Amino acid sequence: MIEYDSLYLAEAVAVLALGNLLTRAAPFLFFSRRKPPSVIGFVERNFPPLILTILIFYTLGGVDFTEAPYGTRELLAILATGLLHAWRGNYLLSIFGGTAFYMLLIRIL
Amino acid sequence: MKSQARSRELFAAFRDSVPVLMGYGVLGFSFGLLAVSQGLAWYWAVLMSLVIYAGALQFLAVGMLQAKAGMLELFAAAVFVNIRQVFYGLSLLKRFKKSGRRKPYLIFALTDETYALMTSTRPDPRIKRRRYDFYLALLNQTYWVLGTAAGALFGTMTDFDTRGIDFALTALFVVLAMEQYKIRRSWTPFLLGAGASIAAMLLVSMDRMLLTAIALALAGMFLFKKRIESD
Repeated sequence: MIEYDSLYLAEAVAVLALGNLLTRAAPFLFFSRRKPPSVIGFVERNFPPLILTILIFYTLGGVDFTEAPYGTRELLAILATGLLHAWRGNYLLSIFGGTAFYMLLIRIL
Repeated sequence: MKSQARSRELFAAFRDSVPVLMGYGVLGFSFGLLAVSQGLAWYWAVLMSLVIYAGALQFLAVGMLQAKAGMLELFAAAVFVNIRQVFYGLSLLKRFKKSGRRKPYLIFALTDETYALMTSTRPDPRIKRRRYDFYLALLNQTYWVLGTAAGALFGTMTDFDTRGIDFALTALFVVLAMEQYKIRRSWTPFLLGAGASIAAMLLVSMDRMLLTAIALALAGMFLFKKRIESD
């Protein structure tokens, strides 16, 4: 089991809470009197798909694609999640189905 | 009379938030279970749900804390993962003006689901919107915190084999990306994100990957602004 330093955890949780709060409060802090700049619309449309793609790759950071099984279990589980979501469109079902499938895969493959 | 009016708003908020009760209950439970499976004490999981209160970020944080990520990296992750929330606030500037002393909490608790409910439900005209909004926000966070506590305690008390449960985070991002495609209907931002990620994975070590990929993607986004805007 990993050992955590409580002081580090307290600092980290505070920083995460602050960063998150900043995104929720920024409009009320900066744009309650003046109009937001037009570049905001461009960022609004294009940044969310971009960061989500990066996060998918980031969560696969521990996978070694150069050695067997070459990340096939992760790719299969992503495919299963995607198909389940395209089929039923229920996000809870897709996440649980995909995760259960992955947990099964790493035990049998 | 006054308490009766109050319970009417509480009841309306509860009725409208039942789908969130299911969603946050289950996701909060998974978060609690994941956190303790990675060696965090149950109360850290509950504290995170109380003071951070952002689903995807909390899941992501479990791995980052395990890797002892630096403060700058944690801050950047918090801001960039949740940058979409800026746009929620922008559309509620006027509505929250009249919220008075409840306003700070309404801003703090503005999650995707709370925003979605606040902007799409049409409660009975006799209902006071300000009070209804507050109950809605408070009930939703209550579901999230209780789900987390239940999952964390379940994980602490049982010896459940959780190997692979962290894939839930990948699955969550896959689902959210698919939902984004329905809105954006263009592959360009996804390809830019993938290109920036692969470049960052090849260029730097994994603990610098997230910040590097975000920087590359932002640079690319503004460099090709015209082309991205036109499709």
